[in-house]
Amino acid sequence: MDTNISRNFLALLARFLSGASVRWVDSQPDTCQRVYFANHTSHLDAIVIWSSLPQAVRTITRPVAAKDYWTKGPVRRYLANQLFNAILIDREEIKVHQSPVDLMIREIGQTYSLIVFPEGGRSDGREINEFKSGLYYLCKKRPDLELIPVHLDNMNRILPRGEVLPVPMLSCITFGPPMWLEAGEAKVDFLARAREAVRSLKELD
Amino acid sequence: MISDVRTLSLIGAVLILLGTSWAIVKLLRRRPESGIDPAILETFRLRVRAWWILFAALAAAFLLGHVVTVALFGLISFWALREFITLTPTRPGDHRTLFWVFFLITPLQFFLVGWGYSLYGLYSIVVPVYAFLFIPARIAMAGDYKRFLERTAKIQAGLLICVYCLSYAPALLTLPITPGAQARQAESRRLGRETPATLAIEAAKTPGSEHRSLRADREDFLFADSSGNIRLLFFFVLIVQLSDALQYAWSQLPSKHVIVPTINATRTWEGLLGGTLSVMLVGAVLWWATPFHGTSWWMSPVMSAVISLMGFAGSITMSAIKRDRGVRDFGTLVEGHGGVLDRLDSICFAAPVFFHCTRWWLILNGIILPAG
Repeated sequence: MDTNISRNFLALLARFLSGASVRWVDSQPDTCQRVYFANHTSHLDAIVIWSSLPQAVRTITRPVAAKDYWTKGPVRRYLANQLFNAILIDREEIKVHQSPVDLMIREIGQTYSLIVFPEGGRSDGREINEFKSGLYYLCKKRPDLELIPVHLDNMNRILPRGEVLPVPMLSCITFGPPMWLEAGEAKVDFLARAREAVRSLKELD
Repeated sequence: MISDVRTLSLIGAVLILLGTSWAIVKLLRRRPESGIDPAILETFRLRVRAWWILFAALAAAFLLGHVVTVALFGLISFWALREFITLTPTRPGDHRTLFWVFFLITPLQFFLVGWGYSLYGLYSIVVPVYAFLFIPARIAMAGDYKRFLERTAKIQAGLLICVYCLSYAPALLTLPITPGAQARQAESRRLGRETPATLAIEAAKTPGSEHRSLRADREDFLFADSSGNIRLLFFFVLIVQLSDALQYAWSQLPSKHVIVPTINATRTWEGLLGGTLSVMLVGAVLWWATPFHGTSWWMSPVMSAVISLMGFAGSITMSAIKRDRGVRDFGTLVEGHGGVLDRLDSICFAAPVFFHCTRWWLILNGIILPAG
């Protein structure tokens, strides 16, 4: 119960700080199992997407985040483990027998949805980098998951790379229409299509 | 608290005006055959909604005291600055400067205003002197010199318009507008709280008040001043909003002489003159609500004209900024957020000028001391 209150409070705070207006374009919030994939420009991205979901959806949505960043210090650890219920990926020790994709599939079971950033690292906010192949392997193993492209606008101005303190500018989050991995679709084609889905949301304004 | 007739009448008049506009909107929306352009009707509807919000904010001043009103204006200001800076291209080198602008300078300005008129000498220069000099120095420290002057000027302009100018609206609540109010404000600050004893001493010091009872003086101390100030803020906001609406209404006249077609195609000379003359009339009718009642009742329409002209200057300036950035409203940048700055442009420009003109008048009439 206590955690619930903190969660709602944090969601409100994140909404206020990011001044985020949320748009769903040809898409609706739903509690079915989904993968939200977005462009990545700031450490706040995962929190902002998470907080912009309706409460019922938020409680079953887990961000995938870098272990090295989110285990540094007690505050980040508390946020990642207790509040966002994040799935932490060890970026230094990716091995075949403990691949991040297997970890994600194990963790989500038949209930949870994921927030992922397929670019791997943060970009400068102007261009969306090439997507890493993890998204493809995830869908290959779980083709039933609905993929929702998400575009974050202006987040890099709120908290750019290398900055600690956020500046409360207004940002915009756009959720796009769901997509799936087509049967027999090649990895390169799929990743290009997914990236294009995010990029097309940017040009909607 | 709101027992005096003048304040009640002013609130009543505003409520009747708001209720009437609301009823007109309701009625016209139900009758699409009335032949009125739906776009105009929608603008009017949004405007009426903004008025209700403003009215509620001002009503809070009655119920919760001036500190709440100042804080509320502070939040509105914060939001307006966000819209301004979001629309302004900044570079990563400006990030730390912007952090201080948002989280130190903006709250500080409203804190000083909320403290009261005794800090006038400080809050009137904190932004135009200290923040003005701090911003370029801090940006230079960040080491990015590209388009340096342009970036500096944009942040300075945003801070001056959205924070400094707007803070003069709630500052009207602390302006000592009745004889002796300044001395009493200073006294109560010095003592921390007012006691019957100090009130008695004050009552003895104020000429012509010997015959008044302690109780009456206490009421005067606690309420009469503040209700005069609340009326002043009410009067100001009412005239700004009315001049906006009346200028728009007058510019619908058939013969149109657009003032600056490249900036704003709806502002006409007919609108400006007609709107200004109409609010002067409203100001004259409302003379009893202002501190200018008595022998200088004519100040009330003159101030209304000043407010109307400054409101025009504000909206034309903000239109120019929006044109340059290629947007229609500050609100359209981020869908779902009604542009706060679109509603406040005229208040931002009119507030500091109205404050200073009122202050000069008070100094000329010996009500406040020029050193203030």
